[in-house]
Amino acid sequence: MLIAQNITKRFSGVTALDGVNLSLPLGQVTAIVGENGAGKSTLMNVLSGVYQDYEGELIWKGETVRFANPKEAQEAGICIIHQELNLIPYLSITENIFLGRELTNSLGLLDQAKMKKRTGELLERLQLKVSPDTLISELKVGQQQIVEIAKALLWDSEVIIMDEPTSAISDREVEVLFSVIEDLRRANKAVAYISHKLAELFRMADRFVVLRDGRTVDSGDMQDMTNDLFIRKMVGRDVQVNRRIGTDTCFEKLLQVEGISLLNGRATVLHDISFEVGKGEVVGIFGLMGAGRTELLEAIFGLHNGNVRGHLSMNNEPVKIKTPSDAIQAGMALVPEDRKKNGLVLGMDIAGNMSLTTLEALESYGLLDDQSEQALARHYIKELNIKTSSAQQKAKNLSGGNQQKIVLGKWLATKPQLLLLDEPTRGIDIHAKSEIYKLILQLAAEGLGIVVVSSEIPEILALSDRILVLAEGKLTAEFPAYDVTEDEILKAAIPQSV
Amino acid sequence: MIKEASVNQRTEPHPVQLGQSYWVKFQSLIALFILCVAISLVSDKFLTVANGWNVLRQISVNICLSVGMTLVVLTAGIDLSVGSVLALCGAITAGLLKNGIEWPAQNIYIGFTILGAVLIGLLVGAALGGFNGWIITKFNVPPFVATLSMLTIARGLTMLWTKGFPISGLGDTFLYLGTGWFLGIPVPVWVSLIVVVFAVLMTSKTRLGRYIYAIGGNENASRLSGIKVNYVKILVYTIAGGLAALGGLLVTSRLDSAQPNAGISYELDSIAAVVIGGTSLSGGRGSILGTVQGAVIIGVLNNGLVLLDVSPFWQQVVKGIVILLAVIIDKSNSKND
Repeated sequence: MLIAQNITKRFSGVTALDGVNLSLPLGQVTAIVGENGAGKSTLMNVLSGVYQDYEGELIWKGETVRFANPKEAQEAGICIIHQELNLIPYLSITENIFLGRELTNSLGLLDQAKMKKRTGELLERLQLKVSPDTLISELKVGQQQIVEIAKALLWDSEVIIMDEPTSAISDREVEVLFSVIEDLRRANKAVAYISHKLAELFRMADRFVVLRDGRTVDSGDMQDMTNDLFIRKMVGRDVQVNRRIGTDTCFEKLLQVEGISLLNGRATVLHDISFEVGKGEVVGIFGLMGAGRTELLEAIFGLHNGNVRGHLSMNNEPVKIKTPSDAIQAGMALVPEDRKKNGLVLGMDIAGNMSLTTLEALESYGLLDDQSEQALARHYIKELNIKTSSAQQKAKNLSGGNQQKIVLGKWLATKPQLLLLDEPTRGIDIHAKSEIYKLILQLAAEGLGIVVVSSEIPEILALSDRILVLAEGKLTAEFPAYDVTEDEILKAAIPQSV
Repeated sequence: MIKEASVNQRTEPHPVQLGQSYWVKFQSLIALFILCVAISLVSDKFLTVANGWNVLRQISVNICLSVGMTLVVLTAGIDLSVGSVLALCGAITAGLLKNGIEWPAQNIYIGFTILGAVLIGLLVGAALGGFNGWIITKFNVPPFVATLSMLTIARGLTMLWTKGFPISGLGDTFLYLGTGWFLGIPVPVWVSLIVVVFAVLMTSKTRLGRYIYAIGGNENASRLSGIKVNYVKILVYTIAGGLAALGGLLVTSRLDSAQPNAGISYELDSIAAVVIGGTSLSGGRGSILGTVQGAVIIGVLNNGLVLLDVSPFWQQVVKGIVILLAVIIDKSNSKND
C-alpha cells in the first residue's frame, strides 16, 4: 500500500496541497476526483517523484520514502501516465516504449528484435492494431494514449497513476483500457484513476478520494456514492446539467452543407455529408475516434482547401470557403478541440488572444487602439466569468476552463452567426463545464446556429436540438434530441465494416 | 499543477516578484552601463563625443540588419542571407551609379540618378527577401535552408555583377548617406533611428506587428484565427531583405566603394544582437528595443576592445562569450516567468 500522509506542497508561498491524506491499497482502483485546480495533478506529481520539496510523508511498503526524481519512483514501482502525452513523434512505438531502458545484447548493441517482440505483445494486449515500427507522429491522439499506457505496463509497476487517461480515446479504446485495469487489479496492483467522467469511476473504481482546494474532503467506498453526491462534494454546491427539454421548433435555415467529401491522399476521410443548421439551433455531432468529427468542422471552416468536395451555403447564399478568413467573413467561428495547439497563443496575454480575430476593427489611423482592445477583453472577461486578475495575464497561466473561455471570447468578438465547437469541454472541470453549457444554450437562444462535436453522449444530449452521428466518415443517423436514447446513438456510431 | 499554483498567485500577488521582473527588464541596459564604465576606466579615448558618434555610426548597419532579423525571428524564422543581400544591393547601386547599364551591341546606355540607383538597390533587396518568404511558405522549406541558399546565390550574383572587383569612386553626393552629418548627427545614425522608430511602432502598435508575434507564438492558432500567415511571413522576409539592402547602401557609401566580399558573416552579428536583446529564437517573444540594446552592446564591446588594443582574435572569443552569457541569463529569466 502506498500511503501519503499530511502532504503539503507550496508554490512560491501559495499552498496547492494542504495536509492531504491518501492511501492507494494494492489490488484496488482508487478514484481521485475534484475540480480542476483542486490539487489532483499536484498530488500525483508528489507521489511519482516529480516534486521533492513537499511537507509530509510518503510511506511505501512500510518505509518512508522521498523520491529524488520520477525515475527513482519508477524504479520503486510507482509510475504515472500523464494527461499530456510525453512521446517523441519521430521515433517508433518500440523506441518510445523502451526509451531510457533499451535492451542490449551481449555486444552492447540494441537488441531490436527482442524490444520489437515485447512491444508487439503489449500492443496486442491493448488491442492496438498497428506495427511496433509505426512512428508516433502517424498515430492518432487516442492511439498515442494507448502507447503511453503500454509504456507504463512495461515497467511492471506496482502503483499506476492514470491522469485523465480517457480524455482523448474512443469508447472502444476505453473498453480495452478498462479490461487492462481489471487485469492490473487482479494482478494485485494499485491503480489511481483521475477522471472527470464519473460514469467511468462508478464502473471501475473500488474506492474514492475527493479533493477540493488542496484538501481531502472525503474518501471511502465507491458503493456508498452517487453522481449527485460526488458533484456536491467536488464543488461544494449543487450543479445540475439537465437534458435539454424537447423542442420541435422549426428553425430558419442558416448553414446548409451539401455533399461534403474530404480526401486525404487516397483515403476518404469524409464521405458525401449533407446537413443543415438553423438559426438558434444546436446540432450535436457524435462519433467515435476516427469517425471524422473534427475533420468535418475543419472542412467547413476552410482548413482542408483543395481536398474538399461539396457545397456550402449560409443564409441561402452559396459561399466559397478556401481559408479560415473566408469562413470568418461568412460569419463562422471554430473553437478547436486542442486549445493549446490550435486555440491560443499561450505566451500572449488574454487581451492579445481575444483581439486576434478582430484586430481590424480595433485600428484607428492604422494603429491599434489599446483602450478598445482592453475594453474588449474586459467585456468578455466579465461576460464569460473568466477568473483572472487582469487582461494582461498570460493565457498559459490560466486553468483549462478559463483558457477555453478565452477561445470562446475571441470568437464571440467576431459576432458570428454560426459557432462550430469541437469538444468544447474537453479536460475542463465540472463547474466551468456547466458554465459553458449555459453559455452555449444562451447563445442559441440569441439566434446563433451552433454545431457541437463531442465524444461524450451526455454532453450531446444536454445541448442538442438535433443529433447527427458519424461513423467512418459517413453520416449514419440523425435524431431529434428529445426522442433518442444513448444506446441508439452509440449503435449508429459503431463502424459496420470490419 | 503549475497551472494551479499560478491561479492562486493571482489572488495573492507577490511584491518581491514584481521587483524581480523590473530588474530583468533593464538588465541589458545595466549590463551596457557597466560595460561603458569599465571601458572608460581603462581608456580615456572611450568616453568622448567623437567616439560616441563613431560607435553609433558603426552599429547603424547592424541595426538595420538586426531590426529585420528581429521581425523574422519573432515569426520563429531566421534569415541567413542578409549579409549577402547587403553586398549584392550595395554593389548593384554602386554599379548603376558608376557605370549605368550598357548594351554595346544595341548601342544602348542607361544612366542612373542617385535616387534611381538607391531605389533599385532597395527594391532588389526587398525582392530577394520576398523570394525567401515565397520559397519558405509555398514549398514549406525551413527558413534556415531557404535563406542559406539565398546566402550563396546572392554572394554569387555579387561576384558576377562586380566581376570580383570593388566598385569605387561613387561621387560626393552619394557619400553623404554614409559619412554626412545632419543637424549635428551623422546621417547613418538618422537612418537607423528612423528604421528603429518605424519598427517599434509597427511591432507594438499595428495589426501586422501583432500578427508577427501571434504567428511566432502559435502558427496554428493564428491561421485558425483568420490571419493570412503566409502573406505575413512573406512580408516579413521582404522587409528584412529591404533593410539588408539599406545596410548595403550605408556600407557602400561610407567606404565609397562596393566590395564584392562586403557583409560576410554580418548575419551572425545581427543574430547575436537579436539574441542578446532577449528575442527567443523559437519565436513569439522579444522586442525591437531589446535588439537595439543588443546591437549597442556588441558595438560598444567591439569599440572598447579596439581601443584597448585587444587582438582581433581575442575580440571574437570575447564576443562569443558575451553571446553565451546573454542567452544563459535570458533562459534562467524565462524559467522564472
